[in-house]
Amino acid sequence: MTTDLFLQFLVNGIALGALYALIAIGYTIIYGVVQLINAAHGEFFMVAAFLTMWGVLQYQLPWYVSFPISMLIVVGLGLLVDRLAYRPLREQKTSSFIGAVSVSFLLQNLFVVLFTSRAKPFPHPKILDEVLTFGNVALPVVNIFILGVSVILFLMLFFLVTYTDVGRAMRAISKDMEVSQLMGVNPNKIIAFAFILSTFFASVGAFMYCSKFPYVDPFTGVIPGLKAFIGAVIGGIGSIPGAMVGGFLLGMFEIMIVAAFPELTAFRDVFAYVVLILFLLFRPGGIFNVRVREEKV
Amino acid sequence: MFRRPSKTTVLTLAAMVVLLAFSVWAEHGLDPYIIRILNMWCIYTILVASFNLIYGITGQFSLAHAGLAAIGAYTVSLLTLSPEAKQLSFLLAPPSPLIANVQWPLLPALLLGGVLAALIGFVIGAPALRLHGDYLLIVTLGFSEIIRLILVNLSSVTNGAMGLKGVPYLSSLTWTIGAAIVALTVIRRLITSSYGRALMCIREDEIAAEALGVNLFRHKTIAFVFSSFFVGIAGGLYAEILGTVDPNTFRPALTYAVITMAILGGIRSLTGGAIAAGIYTVMSELLRTVEAPQMIFGWDYPGLPGLRQLFFATMLLLLILFARKGLMGSKEFSWDWLFSRSKSSDSKGSERSHEQ
Repeated sequence: MTTDLFLQFLVNGIALGALYALIAIGYTIIYGVVQLINAAHGEFFMVAAFLTMWGVLQYQLPWYVSFPISMLIVVGLGLLVDRLAYRPLREQKTSSFIGAVSVSFLLQNLFVVLFTSRAKPFPHPKILDEVLTFGNVALPVVNIFILGVSVILFLMLFFLVTYTDVGRAMRAISKDMEVSQLMGVNPNKIIAFAFILSTFFASVGAFMYCSKFPYVDPFTGVIPGLKAFIGAVIGGIGSIPGAMVGGFLLGMFEIMIVAAFPELTAFRDVFAYVVLILFLLFRPGGIFNVRVREEKV
Repeated sequence: MFRRPSKTTVLTLAAMVVLLAFSVWAEHGLDPYIIRILNMWCIYTILVASFNLIYGITGQFSLAHAGLAAIGAYTVSLLTLSPEAKQLSFLLAPPSPLIANVQWPLLPALLLGGVLAALIGFVIGAPALRLHGDYLLIVTLGFSEIIRLILVNLSSVTNGAMGLKGVPYLSSLTWTIGAAIVALTVIRRLITSSYGRALMCIREDEIAAEALGVNLFRHKTIAFVFSSFFVGIAGGLYAEILGTVDPNTFRPALTYAVITMAILGGIRSLTGGAIAAGIYTVMSELLRTVEAPQMIFGWDYPGLPGLRQLFFATMLLLLILFARKGLMGSKEFSWDWLFSRSKSSDSKGSERSHEQ
């Protein structure tokens, strides 16, 4: 492989990895606080992308109006789903997972029924379609945009979790819910805040993902949702740096395996799952070896 | 040595004979569409019963059903397809010599499908069943997807994403009803045996079970292998009934459909599962007609694709929120229960109400 080609794959790997990392954060925030695999996360992602597209196509809104409105709707949807479907099931682990799966199918098929399953083009600022070239390496503007926005959001999230009261409360709850309640933390408020954060990251991720792969249908969220989830588990589900590193490595790995072994392209998802299973069997805490809160029996 | 069979045993055996006799008659006496629905009912009953065994009884939430069913479906169709049909339908790559020239009758093909699924079930279960809760479900889901992805990409054996077509219809309603009866009986016997008690003990409290001398790993694996065997059989019958195998059938959505039925029927009740499978199959067919575009009195009804899945997803959510016990909870249909309803004063034998 020539240096140029390697750099080219590196550019693509970084962008895909940053996207997965951004979506993986949504899983890990929820898991850290309520130990729930939010199977509907990919659907929050899809709803954000779909509504943005719908606002532009149907109501001729510019994307910078349509996207914030969609984000608000998705954040509201996340809070609603938490309140109606997840909170009543908080004590039952398996039931809450089944609840999340049914919310996921419900949203997917609600959108199929309302808007049909035909894929539609995703409207995004034209500047993102530009490609800069450095020597023989093509650098799509959308990749710079993805990397820039992700880094800014990661820094903001780091600040939020480390230095603010709400961030401290989130960490306290993920360590020990009962004791943090005794210290005056209202878990339902903090969990609601976690859902706001998670859906916010899903919406931003959706906007950037669909700017890169510009088609939306009701099943758009399935693949990135699954990949990001694998990334979150590899990094250590429940840990925010874990989700960043895990998602990033998975995106990189996916691009690199295609680069190094083109004949194995079809098997790259198999490898992703194999890595996932190996981690769970031999190091369930992931790269960051996260210890999840002990379950109270 | 010969124990006189109890009244309920006789009744159960009689019911089985009646069902089989009905199936022989129905094969020619009923509309093919109705027969297809009944076939699907039986297949779903087997899938649900095997899920109940592993989740409802043993308490291990596994999401490997779809992948294991795929193993059964592919094995049976590859073994029963004629060599000529294989040569014709393998467009992506010529069929591997391993399978190109075999053609087996249905019974050995089904059994091999079940055994292979059980074997894979063992390979999955042996490492995975040491994990708990979320980890177990992620690993089993991952294995299920790995199986499907490998099948999609193994073109010389499975014809890849195009799937297999023209699987000969060797099965019949008698086969599916027979398989369902065998599956339910075996799983029922397993549950009521000392093994079953150990499994339920594991479900309630693993540490206590281990302290009482239950070998956790061995018991969980046995339950998983039995469950996988019947999932393989059900998958094989599924391929026979549909006549085609499409790898997309075996996405995790199939597992969730089984979970929907299991929860609707009550996860610890085999008969509840059978009833729920019937409801699911019939509802699914009814909603299919609502989904399809058609002309109603000159009005061009555009159809509502996605409605079926929307209905079942909503149903599953409502069940899990408000009716987690499903229709039957952990109760089974029993003859005693039936008689005690008809003659309410006669309470004899009510202690045995859990006998099927």
